Amino acid sequence: MRDSEPQVLGWGRLGVPGHEVRSTNLERLSETAVLSRGLGRSYGDSSLPPPGVHEVVSTTLADRLLAFDPSTGILRAEAGTSLFALNRLFLERGFFVPVTPGTQFVTLGGMVASDVHGKEHHVRGCFGEHVTELRMRVADGRVVTCSDTENADLFRATIGGMGLTGHILEVSVRMLRIRTPWIQQRSVRVDDLDAFLAALKEHAGRYPYTVGWIDCLTRGAHMGRGILMAGDWATPGEAPTRFPDPHPRVTLPFELPSALLGGRTLGKLSVGAFNELFFRRHIPRVREGFVHWESFFYPLDVVREWNRMYGPRGFTQYQCVLPESAGPSAARRVLEILTRSGSASFLCVIKDCGPEGKGMLSFPMKGISIALDIPVRDDTQSVVDALNEQVIREGGRIYLTKDGFTRADHFRAMEPRLPAFLEVRRKWDPSGKIRSAQSVRLFGDRR
Amino acid sequence: MKKKRPLSVAVLGATSGMGRAIARRLAKRGDHVFVLGVDRNELERTAADLGVYAGTKVAWAECDLLRPETFGPALAAADRALGGIDTVVVTAALFATQDALENDAALTARLLTADFTNTVLFCEEAKRMLLAGGGGTLCVFSSVAGDRGRKPVILYGASKAGLTRYLEGLDHKHHADGLRVITVKPGFVKTGMTAGLKPPPFAGEPDDVAARVVKAIDRGEAEVYAPAAWRGVMGVIKGMPRFVMRRVGF
Repeated sequence: MRDSEPQVLGWGRLGVPGHEVRSTNLERLSETAVLSRGLGRSYGDSSLPPPGVHEVVSTTLADRLLAFDPSTGILRAEAGTSLFALNRLFLERGFFVPVTPGTQFVTLGGMVASDVHGKEHHVRGCFGEHVTELRMRVADGRVVTCSDTENADLFRATIGGMGLTGHILEVSVRMLRIRTPWIQQRSVRVDDLDAFLAALKEHAGRYPYTVGWIDCLTRGAHMGRGILMAGDWATPGEAPTRFPDPHPRVTLPFELPSALLGGRTLGKLSVGAFNELFFRRHIPRVREGFVHWESFFYPLDVVREWNRMYGPRGFTQYQCVLPESAGPSAARRVLEILTRSGSASFLCVIKDCGPEGKGMLSFPMKGISIALDIPVRDDTQSVVDALNEQVIREGGRIYLTKDGFTRADHFRAMEPRLPAFLEVRRKWDPSGKIRSAQSVRLFGDRR
Repeated sequence: MKKKRPLSVAVLGATSGMGRAIARRLAKRGDHVFVLGVDRNELERTAADLGVYAGTKVAWAECDLLRPETFGPALAAADRALGGIDTVVVTAALFATQDALENDAALTARLLTADFTNTVLFCEEAKRMLLAGGGGTLCVFSSVAGDRGRKPVILYGASKAGLTRYLEGLDHKHHADGLRVITVKPGFVKTGMTAGLKPPPFAGEPDDVAARVVKAIDRGEAEVYAPAAWRGVMGVIKGMPRFVMRRVGF
């Protein structure tokens, strides 16, 4: 069934009919294309072609580094350059990306389009804050550069603009100078949600990287129990002197049955057991030590194609941010909807975000972000709807990079910034050429 | 491993795919690399890329497999820029599906000329230069497609079979002169050349092939299958009787 018609898939393994076209010459490839995608790590339909279009440009062969100035840290590279390749080259030279998402298997172009954020958001904001210039193929066929001072509207709309303002060809970004390639990590076992939010706040002042993993299956007093992880680059005196070896990787060779993790009963058992183990293993309340940068930033990258774990029905990730103004109990109200629905999930990721950045449609805002996997079941649409309705009530919003289920009217209700974004997009693409399956679903683009 | 003198390498085909991956590995570890290829814009970008990997400036020259008159000047430019070359890598080639070739005689002529005649002419030029310098390494990409006459790659495979035999002969004749001839036989590798084809089992990544090839250059191995599983696969295919090959689709 799956093999008969080629499909382009999102990371959640839901796809549309079509195929990727690839070339080292991205500039030529982008001339007529409707959409570009990188490594396909967005979960839903943001990197899938719109209905009726069967081709999407893959940027992955356009991965050349065009210039690097160690004195300023500014790197200019083709959009298909992977973070994996950058890490392998630059850590040895004492540089790291200013902002990293939770996987290395993303491209620079994708990092701009999603305006990715990570454990450092409370101090460094999103990736786009560190981008100095973009070179783009816009809808009318011209190749233009944009930055804070040149075509600034295009620049701000492209950062977090989901690839919908044109094809990103080249990215210039200011890399971060690091002291050593080792992470000094502190992890703390936390017993409930309120303590968690307090612990995040407390660590934010002392560590540039913080994140929490919470168990969303536990209800009642221990709701939101979990592990907080904080870290910083180790100083030369304290770090191991050897360079960290690359991590070995394994590939999940086939799909597991969907019922194993997504089934109402079996899913609860297997995921519940995992979460229990994860929490109980952290025996001392506080642990400190030096860890490999890969296990700190990219724990899931060890298993290639881990998305097969959810089986042929696939999965979605739900990620929302709740504004600080909604108060600390907002997170509890959202989590309660989840636990009530019985949508079993592995650990849920919780993170305090800093202020909103320059991207017109960028996801983070000052507040708390929550992200978790939801295996696709018959009731997934209604679970997402219920979550979205709560998020709207709290004044929050969702992350487009993760989304495949949100309804257009819900999205509009949580995105007062959308009309201004669409206006810039109309200016650069009056005929509405550049679009995706997601923009048709959520922005009302033509099919 | 013992620290060796950096190599001085000209790479024909460094602008894409496996050539790019090999050139990057060499540049990153401190070998001196010179880029040979067709398109000026691609050459400039690739040289910039290798320059970042190397941490120093990398130069290039135009060299087109379809224009043998470019071979001599291109190799001479590499020789001048690097102050003598000791290694030449050839990954460039044309590729087209059997269907496309059967329907287009001009394309067939072009592919056979580029992948056999002109590749051999380039190697002759490179060989002369390397021998004049007292030997060195000539590492050339042939293909598993040349190991057996197979339905999906009759014409492409024939050109690669010819190339493999030529390289084998070169090794026999010049091994004693200090020339190491390396025949690389990639199986299916996910590059721009194979974009649009459905990857079979054991499909490889360019960088993994590059790691294997760089090791072969360091050791002076005569023949490399990459990914390694293809040696076994081709062993089985080479052993199949004709009546079986007539029936199967590969």
